[in-house]
Amino acid sequence: MVEQTAELTARPWTRYSRKERWIRFAIYFVTLFAVVWAIRDIDIFWPWVWDAPTQIQNLGSRMWPPEFEAWSAILNAMLETVHIATLSTMLTIFIALPVSYIAAQNTTPNRLTLWIGRFILVSSRSVNTIIWALLFVAIFGPGVLAGILAVMFRSVGFIGKLMGEAIEEIDRRPVEAMEATGASRMKVVLFGIVPQVMPAFFAIVILRWDINIRESTVLGLVGAGGIGVLLQGSIDTFAWQTVATILLAIIGLVLLGEALTSMLRKKVL
Amino acid sequence: MLEISNLVKRYGSDAPVLKGLDLVVEGNTVVSVVGASGAGKSTMLRCINRLVEPTSGSIQLNGRELVNLRGANLRHARRKIGMVFQGFNLIDRLTVMENVLAGRLGYVSLYQAMTRKFPQTDIDRAFHLMDRVGIAHYANKRADELSGGERQRVGVVRALMQEPEILLADEPTASLDPKTSEQIMVLLQSLASELSLPVLINIHNVSQARTYTDRIVGLRNGQMIFDGTPGEFNQEALDAIYGGIEAPDETGGEEQPTEEAQTP
Repeated sequence: MVEQTAELTARPWTRYSRKERWIRFAIYFVTLFAVVWAIRDIDIFWPWVWDAPTQIQNLGSRMWPPEFEAWSAILNAMLETVHIATLSTMLTIFIALPVSYIAAQNTTPNRLTLWIGRFILVSSRSVNTIIWALLFVAIFGPGVLAGILAVMFRSVGFIGKLMGEAIEEIDRRPVEAMEATGASRMKVVLFGIVPQVMPAFFAIVILRWDINIRESTVLGLVGAGGIGVLLQGSIDTFAWQTVATILLAIIGLVLLGEALTSMLRKKVL
Repeated sequence: MLEISNLVKRYGSDAPVLKGLDLVVEGNTVVSVVGASGAGKSTMLRCINRLVEPTSGSIQLNGRELVNLRGANLRHARRKIGMVFQGFNLIDRLTVMENVLAGRLGYVSLYQAMTRKFPQTDIDRAFHLMDRVGIAHYANKRADELSGGERQRVGVVRALMQEPEILLADEPTASLDPKTSEQIMVLLQSLASELSLPVLINIHNVSQARTYTDRIVGLRNGQMIFDGTPGEFNQEALDAIYGGIEAPDETGGEEQPTEEAQTP
């Protein structure tokens, strides 16, 4: 009993030690400093910021009511946008799957192929779709082809990386069993690995298709096809009422894509 | 006939796991390999079908040297060696039939494997074997819907689909409840005599080894220290194989056999 009371009084407790508290204060300070520094440095012209509400009102009145006269052109451009997303996602699969195979530690043939695979994935992912589009517009000229290639080059990294991770997480035991039957490497992959990564594969491809629809809508801003071309043209000619229609159409398309993909995802999982 | 001579396996620069093992299995005998965890049972079995690369020594199956085989020759040799695993190692998302037919992967073309268009003789054999072990009505069920005992039957049928010349079983009953594991042992024993197939079984359960196998081989520290019939496998042999092992995680495996030894 005596011991217990002694223990009760003599054991203070704090969540953080003195050193940890100092580190936390230092982190707060550094963060605050970075924010203040950034705001001072980027040189915002404040009168324009205060003017924003009037400008929004102004733009809104110029956009209203939306102009539906160009609906058939908009519909065609929307279809083109979806086609870019679908085609590029399909084509990506053929490149991304072999890359994910060599970029996964448990299936790659050797260290060199592992690094080649990872290099492809990193370089694909570190360049934004719009920048890929700029490059391909420069090479192939403006149009849908440049858009498809741009979306593809960005998607290879995404699908490849996630599929690589899915392959790394498989259960090794069925693979061992397939090897023991005397099956060749391709057949081991076909029976031991493919069934295990199938659900992940569909989920990833559906997700990427969804993302690609959204990415395809802005490709036109750099001349790589899709609804963005029309949007850019309308902004340039101050056809704000058409711009409003296009924006509504894009929102509609994205919502539709979202609904469709979430439905597909439920079917797959 | 399986002839293992002077088999050595060393992982990296550690002490060897197998230290010059010799073992001959003839005819359609069922041989059980007993020994504590880490004695080298699993490594020995995996050296036979080369899931583990032996460091040195010789393994011959019906006169064919297995140790130096590579590529297509290795795959051809593996077709003739069936293997049953402790964790069943089925492909969960495929049907029972697909799992069973996977045993034919070494024989069919890649196109046949991809389109699941296996030859009718394979399908007939699959149904015949599945009927024999009582799982034919599950043919179109997914493998992960089955119970443990049923899954191991699928594993056995898959191995037999290879038309093996020898069957290896690595702790085939360790993941099963006592009753089911006895059924699997009976099954392996009777299949061995029906198909006149030699069977090599790694097993922890010494009483099952005694009851269901023709010959017991005891391993300790990578060396064979007992080789004889179940009748000759006495308390002395048991102590030699399991006795004095102090590793705490092995006490569970150690107690059971000593109890068993006192009963008869």
